[in-house]
Amino acid sequence: MAVSASSWSFTEDDFAAISRSLERFLADSNARCALIVDRAGQLVATVGEQPRFDAVAFATLTAADFSANDQLARLIGETEFRSLVHRGEQESIFLADIGRRVILVVLFDTRTTEGMVRLKAKWIIDDLERTFAALFERGHSARAETKGILAGAEDEIDRLFQ
Amino acid sequence: MSMINYASREINCKIVYYGPGLGGKTTNLEHIYGKVAPDSRGKLISLATETERTLFFDFLPVDLGTIRGFKTRFHLYTVPGQVYYNASRKLILKGVDGVVFVGDSQVERMEANQESMQNLYDNMAEYGYDLTKIPFVVQYNKRDLPNAAPLPDLQAALNPGWEVMDAARQRSMPNPYQQGENLVEQLPTGEWVERAPYFEGVAISGDGVFDTLRAVSKLVLKTLA
Repeated sequence: MAVSASSWSFTEDDFAAISRSLERFLADSNARCALIVDRAGQLVATVGEQPRFDAVAFATLTAADFSANDQLARLIGETEFRSLVHRGEQESIFLADIGRRVILVVLFDTRTTEGMVRLKAKWIIDDLERTFAALFERGHSARAETKGILAGAEDEIDRLFQ
Repeated sequence: MSMINYASREINCKIVYYGPGLGGKTTNLEHIYGKVAPDSRGKLISLATETERTLFFDFLPVDLGTIRGFKTRFHLYTVPGQVYYNASRKLILKGVDGVVFVGDSQVERMEANQESMQNLYDNMAEYGYDLTKIPFVVQYNKRDLPNAAPLPDLQAALNPGWEVMDAARQRSMPNPYQQGENLVEQLPTGEWVERAPYFEGVAISGDGVFDTLRAVSKLVLKTLA
């Protein structure tokens, strides 16, 4: 049995590589903004127009939304819903699973269409799945890496909570 | 599933407040929200029913300071306590780094406490997580009520300890939070057991709320050190 959920790390190089993919996708699809959220609800990256809402809360709710829909899928005999769309009059949200590890969240408005976002997302999803597979593969040794950051920081941790 | 984001220099950790319905989980978060400086916390999100019972979860992000140049950001979640919301309760445990069990001290709620604790073990096990190995803290809430059960009864029912098999760990470890008590100790039967740290609380007035949060957060960060 695993002790707990494993840690994973996200480097500046990862951020740059993912940002490049997302920027290309935003330019192709004419969507406003793309976010990467992990399955635990943590915001990993935001690219494009900076959201004017609370992005941390938004990330949490999208992960919960996606998880709830995963369970709904199972109840009706599907293994998962790979993507979800929430349509508004002006603003809409497209969510897609990336290798069951993270979620791509795309905000788009009337400057583009759902079809266009879906079409262009197909390519970037493959791209991101490869990137995150490598990143999480590296994550198997993430505990060693995180120990690198906080190793010997026990005193500092104690001071933080005094 | 703690996430180290080198790009934004953040360590993100997830803490879940678990426990029976109406035990005070949401009240814990509301107190933290009210006391933490606005620039160190985000919005308190509550997915609740019209009668303010938690339907899916409450969520509060708090920054607890900086270590080695990394902001320590804790995402605090509560789960719905009512038995029939187990599907959504289980979802919230995904990727958890630390758990707080908020027990209701009232004698009448003993069975509900035990049922919820069992449910926590079961749901954690379904994800493959071992509750005895991850940061875990118990808070006995509502200590101010006249019908609150004695602490030893609550400890015996909800935090009796798990067996320590590793010979290297079979030595007394003092409880840093309760003077004169041990977290790891040998029973008269010869068996070594470890208990989770516990705190007495009156969440509605804030007693014990920050002690609990500090303890679980510190344990989470120490797993990274």
